[in-house]
Amino acid sequence: MRVLKILFLTCFILSLFNTRADAQIAVIGETVYTMAGEPISNGVVLISNGLIEQVGTTDNIQIPDEYEVFRSEIVTPGLIDSRSVVGLAGILNQEHDQDQVEMSDAFQPELRAIDAYNAREDLVKFILRKGITTVHTGHGPGALVSGQTMIVKTAGNTLEESLVDSTMAIAITLGAGIRGDYSTPGTRAKSVAMFRQHLIDGREYAENRNSDNPPSRNLQKEVIADLLEGKISALVHVQRAQDIMTAIRLQTEFGFPMMLEGAAEAYLVMDEIKEASVPVIIHPTMVRTWGETQNASFETAAKLKEEGIPVIFQSGYEGYVPKTRVALFEAAIAVANGFEFMDALRALTIDAAYQFGIDDRVGSLEIGKDADLVLFNGDPFEYTTRAQAVIVDGEVVFELNSF
Amino acid sequence: MLKRKIILLLIFLCGLWLPLPLTAQESLKVFTGAEIITATGENYHDGILIIRNGVIESVGDRSQINIPSGAEVIDVTGNIIMPGLVDPHSHIGGGDGGDRSASLHPDVRILDSIDPRSDTIRRALSGGVTTANVMPGSGLLMSGQTVYIKLKPANTIEEMLVYSDEANEIYGGLKMANGTNPIGQSPAPGTRARSAAMVRNLFIQAQEYQQQIIDAEGNEDEMPSRNLQMETLVEVLEGKRLVHNHTHRHDDILTAIRLADEFGYRMVLHHVTEAWKVADEIAQSGYPASIIVLDSPGGKLEAEYLYFKTGRVLEEAGVDFGYHTDDSVTDSRLFLRSGAFGIREGMSREKAIESLTIANARMMDLDDRIGSLENGKDADFIILSGEPFSVYTKVLQTWIDGEKVWDRDKPEDRKYATGGYNVIQRASFGHHDYLNRGGN
Repeated sequence: MRVLKILFLTCFILSLFNTRADAQIAVIGETVYTMAGEPISNGVVLISNGLIEQVGTTDNIQIPDEYEVFRSEIVTPGLIDSRSVVGLAGILNQEHDQDQVEMSDAFQPELRAIDAYNAREDLVKFILRKGITTVHTGHGPGALVSGQTMIVKTAGNTLEESLVDSTMAIAITLGAGIRGDYSTPGTRAKSVAMFRQHLIDGREYAENRNSDNPPSRNLQKEVIADLLEGKISALVHVQRAQDIMTAIRLQTEFGFPMMLEGAAEAYLVMDEIKEASVPVIIHPTMVRTWGETQNASFETAAKLKEEGIPVIFQSGYEGYVPKTRVALFEAAIAVANGFEFMDALRALTIDAAYQFGIDDRVGSLEIGKDADLVLFNGDPFEYTTRAQAVIVDGEVVFELNSF
Repeated sequence: MLKRKIILLLIFLCGLWLPLPLTAQESLKVFTGAEIITATGENYHDGILIIRNGVIESVGDRSQINIPSGAEVIDVTGNIIMPGLVDPHSHIGGGDGGDRSASLHPDVRILDSIDPRSDTIRRALSGGVTTANVMPGSGLLMSGQTVYIKLKPANTIEEMLVYSDEANEIYGGLKMANGTNPIGQSPAPGTRARSAAMVRNLFIQAQEYQQQIIDAEGNEDEMPSRNLQMETLVEVLEGKRLVHNHTHRHDDILTAIRLADEFGYRMVLHHVTEAWKVADEIAQSGYPASIIVLDSPGGKLEAEYLYFKTGRVLEEAGVDFGYHTDDSVTDSRLFLRSGAFGIREGMSREKAIESLTIANARMMDLDDRIGSLENGKDADFIILSGEPFSVYTKVLQTWIDGEKVWDRDKPEDRKYATGGYNVIQRASFGHHDYLNRGGN
């Protein structure tokens, strides 16, 4: 009896701490971009238990009294940054907070992003405040294979609280983007030879592990086997046209799922990219134009989109300042240079969710989906517009003081 | 026969030369229909801008100004005209500065290393920048003399120079830096205190050199022997040459102020990441501040607390401030964006206009010639498709000294605004390959 009392009391106390996550919220927007159908004027989104409970208009939805009401001009789903290294890369840019590239070897697909992610990293919380609620982050470009990437929510204080998909892709770099301080590869051709041999070995491992006499476990080969079996994707960082073609050549030979990332010269080989039907996570629109990205253009995203190639946006990787970019800001410059407004909103939400296979949970405001919302005080792409509040899993995780 | 050939050749050469000064002399252009932002606080909704021979003859409302006869009338209805943007801190042109042989190089001139044909200069034009202070980097305590240049097409850097003091042949400032960037292996300082001591020692030498000149009272025999380093620092001590001081952290900002106060030189504080922490102290010091806007904080220890709010805080404190690109750290094509990010955090729109134009001209002693649209000033202006601080607005044309130097309608110009294959061929440097170039 006494045990029960203590148990009851404990439950009661715990429930006090738990009220926020269970908060019931109504968000009213002059325009609500649900990304599932036309934008709704005077839209309402009801949130309960971390999920979207109702979506409609102020006319057809009765907001229950106990719901906390938030209002803003524009409401969108939480935004998705399709390629970052935040959480592995830290704000200080000192050795101790830079875990995005391991320098001991240029081929390390076994490195898991989940084992290096700092959920409390300032850069993660910085992009959260700009409206990014989901990020595809992990090992960076710079090695032939630097490691794995994952999908996390930007809210949460631990990896476990934040995690959406632990193993999204392996991060591959082709071209001169592979850092010069590895003993090998030192050339483009050598990089590809090394990678092909690993893929061939991985294919053999994949066949054997399914046989009656499986080989002893090998973390590296397991990952390559998973890639070849389509369980994870190849995230290929390429900028130059010839390297884009190399990526397509490798994919044609081995048949793994692939996403091109960067693709500064994609406008030179659009037919080939379209033919390969791979999506492009376009380089940050404002990427600096030297070295591999010397020929980058503000208009590439629009050109690819016009050609029918799926395009989504990234914050990318920066070695210096700014330590992270903001995918929303990068998309804004694309919109100012020919990318359609609605296409850009889709690319930042449902299109990205679709490409990562997480569109059952995020990317649009639909009943039953995660309650991830951003409340903007104007056109989300305008320089002077701010995210006034950000909601992740039904919890208000950021609110402007003046809001 | 030979004589006739020479005459023909002379006629031919005259033919090449004559039209240029003639057309320039006869130039009279009137821009009508635009909203004109003058950066003096005065805006004209339906404005008239009259340019005679590269100089602003008059600017005002259509109702106040008569269009002179014989003028070329250019209708820009629906657009906005504002002063050409003035970038007080840029690294376009691929120049360099002092080297690792020492940390103090007041004798070194970036003038001797800039490529006037650099594509990075064309690209800055596409962002509306008409005048820039092009500086050596921040990897040294004193990396050299800067140049103030107009970004008009030129074969030589001399054609681009803008003199802040014609009599004394001053067309630039002196780049200095404190904080972490200039710290390193000997002969660089190893600490902040050592950095300050090295700078103070050199200025004390310069004061002595200056005293020797004063004591000579114009007597050639009594003059000290020429010393390029000392000569430059005397210009600084006499207030003819401004110091442009790279500084991020709040305490480094105060150190820069302390040294300038001690030696009495005129200084502009550059980058000022943590200026929001010491805004009152900066205001009290009277030194102007030039802000860099980065898309996120971090990337180096001193940029951890870099926020968009700095402009608003400095406006509230009454500091004379502006923005800069630090190109290639930020992109000259997006310079207007820096002002917009100030507005985003509560800075006034009027201040945003000034902070990209006249405030920056003041920081280069050029506000009598550029930075605002006023009668008698150089006709440096840009034509915009709309509100300057909207992401959707395009720079349509850039004009310098009454000449159109960039036009978005021309494909060979437009490519600099967008980028693309082989557009930027002469951008030789990245931030990491040579520390003395660039620098944030």
